[in-house]
Amino acid sequence: MIEIKNLHVSIGERKILDGLNLTVKDGEVAAIMGPNGTGKSTLSYVISGRDGYDVTEGEVLLDGENILGLEPHERAAKGVFLAFQYPVEIPGVATMTFLKAAVNAQRRSRGEEELQTPDFMKLIREASTKLGINMDMLKRALNVGFSGGEKKRMDILQMSLLQPKFGILDETDSGLDIDALRIVSEGVNALRSPNRSFLVITHYQRLLDYIKPDTVHVMAKGKIQKTGGPELALELEKSGYRDYVGEAA
Amino acid sequence: MTVQAIDKKSEAETAFAGAFEAMKGKGASSLRQASWEFFTRKGLPTRRVEAWHYTDLRASLRTVAPLGAPGAITLPPTTLGRVRLVVADGAFRPELSDVAALPAGVELSSLADVLAKEDGAVLTALGLPENAGADAVVALNAALMQDGVVLRIAPATDVAKTIEILLLSTGGEALSSFTRSLVIVGDGAKAKIVETSLALAPSGAQENHVLAFAIGAGAEVEHIADIGPQSESAIRLFSLLITAQAKAAFKSLGFVEGGGLVRRQIFARLAGEEASVSLDGISLLGGKDHADTTLVVEHAAPHCKSRERFRNVLDGQSTGVFQGKVVVRPGAQKTDGSMQSRALLLSENATMNNKPELEIFADDVVCGHGATCGRLDADQLFYLVARGLPKHEAEALLIEGFAGEIVEALGEEAARDAYFERIRSWLGKRGGAK
Repeated sequence: MIEIKNLHVSIGERKILDGLNLTVKDGEVAAIMGPNGTGKSTLSYVISGRDGYDVTEGEVLLDGENILGLEPHERAAKGVFLAFQYPVEIPGVATMTFLKAAVNAQRRSRGEEELQTPDFMKLIREASTKLGINMDMLKRALNVGFSGGEKKRMDILQMSLLQPKFGILDETDSGLDIDALRIVSEGVNALRSPNRSFLVITHYQRLLDYIKPDTVHVMAKGKIQKTGGPELALELEKSGYRDYVGEAA
Repeated sequence: MTVQAIDKKSEAETAFAGAFEAMKGKGASSLRQASWEFFTRKGLPTRRVEAWHYTDLRASLRTVAPLGAPGAITLPPTTLGRVRLVVADGAFRPELSDVAALPAGVELSSLADVLAKEDGAVLTALGLPENAGADAVVALNAALMQDGVVLRIAPATDVAKTIEILLLSTGGEALSSFTRSLVIVGDGAKAKIVETSLALAPSGAQENHVLAFAIGAGAEVEHIADIGPQSESAIRLFSLLITAQAKAAFKSLGFVEGGGLVRRQIFARLAGEEASVSLDGISLLGGKDHADTTLVVEHAAPHCKSRERFRNVLDGQSTGVFQGKVVVRPGAQKTDGSMQSRALLLSENATMNNKPELEIFADDVVCGHGATCGRLDADQLFYLVARGLPKHEAEALLIEGFAGEIVEALGEEAARDAYFERIRSWLGKRGGAK
């Protein structure tokens, strides 16, 4: 379970998050919808531990433990996973090398034994097949020259290998055509489980047709403005965000 | 206006005169004499010499270490199945070399023997490509050359085994050495030549090495210059001279792992149509390392291709230099040239000097160059740490990727693995970023 309590975050002088409260229970898929520039990506970066954000107040509890003091890799090892809006390209680093390094770094961090190559290969072959990822692609440099859809699938592959406790999908639908969106969503849906929760950040209702949320939160002006069920997303699709930002959106 | 040559000799320049007297009578007397006169006119290069602007050799080389004498050596085992020819402290050591393992079609002589015989053909081949003729360090080498190896590869021979010229510094006492080696590759032959600079023990060695390739029509050469660690007080100068005839292909990787002052200078001449050179380089620098790669690629014939890709990784207070000049001579139409130098600065106190240049005297050519210098990318770093890699591991992976892209181009898988291992080991010694 993730509990965000009274979170205040600034970048320099600019306040981005203004007392945000949010709880996502185990097994729950929560969606956050909101207009541009409202702090949705900031929230995902602050949870996963990126530099450059000043947390002036509040806490982020993962199963009761405040993770804000932890390094990003420690948070990852505890089960925080961020699927990026735009996964970065890393020339010269073979995807396979990176995947093995990530899986084993997390295992080490948790005091587990590292996976040896044959076991790792078995794991990766299974996970790749499910996502329709060709093994040849894993020999290439990470995300370099991949299409938007391939990059997102690669992120979902990482999620399925790393088996996080809490997955954040930051605008996963950006840059995806409808087929890619379906494949990525199926990948996420296959990972839904009673002890794993998700936070799905999106502008559009469209993604939520594929990844059906249990709860929907409307975020504007740095905090959650309204919480409801899946019907809230449909309502937003009709009315827009104007009720929440105080002007026509 | 008349510009006076440096008339006041430095202590080092005076000391070289003594070495020259000692080398007189060891063959190639007219080449030595002419080279010595050229050197004395020029003197040791300073910042005022454009090609040496970032490496002031005259200021760095204040006193001259003595020449060595052959002694007992315990060699490390050979690696990667290479046939090894040992040149230790300036002397070729056949008794330590795998002479018997040299493949058929490869003829070996020591440079000292060849010079003593005043073999006109070899002396001509030892003469320099036009561009290197103006370099004082290459001239000093020709005046003082002690020994080296001369390899003649018969036309159409496919030499499967890699031949390694091991330039060994025994260490302890700082010594000077001047070696010159020559590889004459017959038409249509294929060869893989590695030159390795290895210090058995660190010392303030002063080394001046020349390796010249005369590559016949349609021949293919793969080359690696492997410059291993040395003491901070060492000065090592490597000149690589290449002449490629029609349809010849020369492919090279320079792997420099710090070690005091290292200067690599490459003079490549594409002399026949459709010849190609591909020059790659990686420098891994830390501490007070200073590594300079300065190259001139001369397109003297039409339809030739040149590629240069250099990567510097700079930590500590190290300094990297890349100066690359591509010259396209009149009539060298349809030249295809591309040069790229990229540097990764890991420390606030590291410096990179990048200077790519094009000199084009033909009108139908495609030539480009690019140079970048930057730090580790914050987005890439965050991506990796967010996946669970501790910061120092994430940095290491990115640095390995940066340098590794060059290693990937090596044809031989075992060599690729070995150089990746060298990069990892360098990164392991470096620890976390400061």
